[in-house]
Amino acid sequence: MRDVAIVSFAASTTPHSNLDDVEMLAPVIHEAIESSGLARREIGFTVSGSCDYLCGRPFSFLMALDAASAWPPISESHVEMDGAWALYEAWVRLQIGDIDAALVYAFGKASQGDLNAVMATQLDPYYLAPLGVDAECFAALQARAMLDAGRCTERDMAAVAARGRRDAGLGAASADELLRAPYKLAPLRAHDCPPVTDGVAAVVLVAGDRARQLHKRPAWIRGIDHRIEAPSPGVRDLTRSPSTALAARAAGVGRAKVDLAEIHAPYTHQEIIVREALGLDASVVINPSGGAPGAHPVMSAGLIRVGEAARRILDGSAQRAVAHATAGPCLQQNLVCVLEGEQ
Amino acid sequence: MEGKQDPASPAEALSAPYVLAYTYRRSVGPVIGRFLTGLREGRIEGVRTAAGRVLVPPAEYDPETGAAVGDFVEVGAAGVVQSWCWVSEPRAGQPLDRPFAWALVKLDGADTAMVHAVDAPSPAAMRTGMRVCVRWRAERVGSVRDIACFVPDEGSGASEAPPMPPAEPVRGMLSPVHLEFTISPGATLSRFLEGVVEGKLLGRRCPACAKVYVPPKGACPTCGVPFGDEVAVSDTGTVTSFCIVNVPFEGQTMKLPYTYGSVLLDGADIPILHLISGIPADEVRMGLRVRAEWLPAGERRPTLESIRWFAPTGEPDAAYETFSEHQ
Amino acid sequence: MKTRCAVIGVGQTRYAARRDDLSLAGLVREAALRALEDAGLSWGDVDAVVIGKAPDFFEGVAMPEAFLADALGAVGKPMMRVHTAGSVGGSTAIVAAHLIESGVHERVLTVAFEKQSESDAMWALSPKYPFVPPLVAGAGGFFAPIVRSYMRRAGAPVEVGAMVAVKDRLAALKNPYAHLQMADISVAKVQASPMLWDPIRYLETCPSSDGACAMVLASERAAQGAPRAPAWVRGMAVRSEPAQFAGRNQVSPRAGRDCAADVYAQAGITRPREQIDVAELYVPFTWFEPMWLENLGFADENEGWRMTLDGTTALGGALPINPSGGVLSTNPIGASGMIRFAEAAQQVRGLAGAHQVDGARTAVGHAYGGASQFFAMWVVSSEHA
Repeated sequence: MRDVAIVSFAASTTPHSNLDDVEMLAPVIHEAIESSGLARREIGFTVSGSCDYLCGRPFSFLMALDAASAWPPISESHVEMDGAWALYEAWVRLQIGDIDAALVYAFGKASQGDLNAVMATQLDPYYLAPLGVDAECFAALQARAMLDAGRCTERDMAAVAARGRRDAGLGAASADELLRAPYKLAPLRAHDCPPVTDGVAAVVLVAGDRARQLHKRPAWIRGIDHRIEAPSPGVRDLTRSPSTALAARAAGVGRAKVDLAEIHAPYTHQEIIVREALGLDASVVINPSGGAPGAHPVMSAGLIRVGEAARRILDGSAQRAVAHATAGPCLQQNLVCVLEGEQ
Repeated sequence: MEGKQDPASPAEALSAPYVLAYTYRRSVGPVIGRFLTGLREGRIEGVRTAAGRVLVPPAEYDPETGAAVGDFVEVGAAGVVQSWCWVSEPRAGQPLDRPFAWALVKLDGADTAMVHAVDAPSPAAMRTGMRVCVRWRAERVGSVRDIACFVPDEGSGASEAPPMPPAEPVRGMLSPVHLEFTISPGATLSRFLEGVVEGKLLGRRCPACAKVYVPPKGACPTCGVPFGDEVAVSDTGTVTSFCIVNVPFEGQTMKLPYTYGSVLLDGADIPILHLISGIPADEVRMGLRVRAEWLPAGERRPTLESIRWFAPTGEPDAAYETFSEHQ
Repeated sequence: MKTRCAVIGVGQTRYAARRDDLSLAGLVREAALRALEDAGLSWGDVDAVVIGKAPDFFEGVAMPEAFLADALGAVGKPMMRVHTAGSVGGSTAIVAAHLIESGVHERVLTVAFEKQSESDAMWALSPKYPFVPPLVAGAGGFFAPIVRSYMRRAGAPVEVGAMVAVKDRLAALKNPYAHLQMADISVAKVQASPMLWDPIRYLETCPSSDGACAMVLASERAAQGAPRAPAWVRGMAVRSEPAQFAGRNQVSPRAGRDCAADVYAQAGITRPREQIDVAELYVPFTWFEPMWLENLGFADENEGWRMTLDGTTALGGALPINPSGGVLSTNPIGASGMIRFAEAAQQVRGLAGAHQVDGARTAVGHAYGGASQFFAMWVVSSEHA
């Protein structure tokens, strides 16, 4: 495979923004391109990730294109998925060898609607949608399965939240303090569930020597893979994430020591499931960015995990990092990316 | 006229409620259709996979191999809770209007679990491994909601479903979607629409390409940079092209037929779409000079609908060359 | 380094206004199974699945690929979902082809679908949204002013639109999958049909269809085992430009011209009108045939309508356009672009059936979307290089 690296990353998140998608995106895309050192015309491919249902209107990516200066016309595509999958598409595109740089962005304003109700429209329309069940209910069923199997405790879940909130600068409440809160959807408490967040992110990928020219320490993508599972939660072992394990193996997570992992776990117990599926030992620093307990902008949260992992390679604070992104109810679909600095 | 206010600051962004509501007409195909038909008849059926697993509710295709599924198998109306969670504040449209549990229930004879509600008095009455049984609805239509919910099994098992008169097999279902949003048009458009309430059309100039956009956007589409100076443009302009709409559609609010056109306002570099009126439809033409007819000041709201329509000014038509680049 | 990509399997559903015999999963499955059968493969042979469709409001299921994973045999595999408006069927095929050309995968299943009968296309494309005046009545309302601009610019006779409508509906009679089967179509009938979005008449518009189209794409190595002739992808490209900007040419967008120039350069085509044997172009309203003939370099500016008028674009003409009947005869929006790409492949494979263009060796598949701003194209050939 051709060497491809992340050379810059920018993101913006907030609980609620009065800006539109373009107003949120334009400065973040600008920052990512500026800090990459590339001229815009060097970008040979642009790809984004978003979901029309967040704003309830078709073609949100069409309007967002105004933020990407698509003139003269650009080679461009869009996935109705988290931006981490857009990054995967860009990585594939760069493998072909005719272009050297790609821009990836993602956006979404979850605060405009009732996010649980919006995401419930992703469920099986015949068996599940008529019940009025939503993704949070599935997360709660999954958490109970973890507790029943003895794979974690409510305190373990609270500890994930406490660490994430601390690292995101949202306060120093301990796990025991968090556990005093009442259940929201037992066994989930509010701190186990992701905050509603508006957000955008942008990443610039560059191949080979051009990446080395632009940055003294590019974050090389040494492996990237993604897998999906069956949609019906009733046919799956909810306490395991075999798709994460498959993707991790294909991406080569276990080939060398991992310094840190950015795990996209919307619900606290899911971090425990994913961490195990990735095969990470206790020495690995998890989610130094704070992860989902800090901010969870739907459609860019996965791309931000990749960007945050890359940031720590780019700044020299880590040598080998793993990034993970998820989609669908109960961790149905998972992407794993291994990033390394220059030896 | 140049605006003084910093156009980049999101002063008071507007917002408005928006409801996305539609009732979808789904066809369900043979497998789901047979399951739903069974429910209407008070019977729960699964399908057997090549490996011998019984899937309930029946998947159309084997989740492990993607193969087509095999024979239908009737399963019990009682089973075991595999996981559950407690809903203390039910939402409208859920199976119960008092606190209840969602559960994954593996029915007797099934190898997979189905999701449904359990009517239990409190979370203390719920535990993984407990037995539950179906409470049937009396009036059943061929829906997963024909199972009203599950209830803790006191040992007597599920009661028989009250009989329903014979009917055709289920082939479809109605599927309402109702989502409520609060939409903000963003800072730039909010500022523009505030101007509309005041009867002003405030464009913005791109600092890179110098073009004036009305309404302005979050960034210049060709340059990707935020817009700069505010520029008031005229409410007269030229029709560059148009369409006469004769077709009704769902959610339509306009009276048919109506004509709308691309109107290049004097001083702007991009046309806006708006209604053309005050002239018979068959006399609307490219190059027609028009002026905005505003609603009275007190009736204007932050939308371009505050301009009732554009009507002819009576000036001679603009020459094609003057607007041919704007279509 | 770049590996050559081939189309080794094509599958289409029967297209209809309403496929009420199938669920959403059943619909994609029908196309996917036929593509696998054509390629002589089974589910286990597929490395990855790439699925595309237009707005999710058509079926009211957000990101429905997640719940279609079983139906497409994707469990345990990579699965992606593309959405680029009307061009999505083409863009989806290109994302899948990149997975082959990059050397990441050997065999990729790509599927595009729409089940428009579950809702109402006009509603799904133009819901009443705050701060946006409810002017534009669906896609026809959006494109009508652009068609008017073309007619004015090119000085084209008004019957050209009706001629395209007749040509494509007659072609559809030779395509057993096609939705519309209008044996009694005529220019007079088209011109007598109701004016919906003046200047566009009812019989000049595409139908609203249920359907899915699938292809199996393979690397050079994997294509060697294919039971039937492959179509080789000789060039492919996507181009996008903003929906609205000052001075935008909406009639002949630069993104379309650039996209065509890119694919022709890859395929070594310098004289498209002579070197291309047949093209499947995305023509949802009749006048887009002459517009795209110009945009894609088959005709000089303002001259495309002459090729329609003199029969060049008819089946049997020098450059048949849409021998399958085109979007005007079959339009499950999300799949319409992939149908163009797949029909182009079938022509060079010699498998197009009754609407086969004799001796077709090089063909173009084309799709566009949004405000005539997203373009996807490929050139396929019976020849490897």
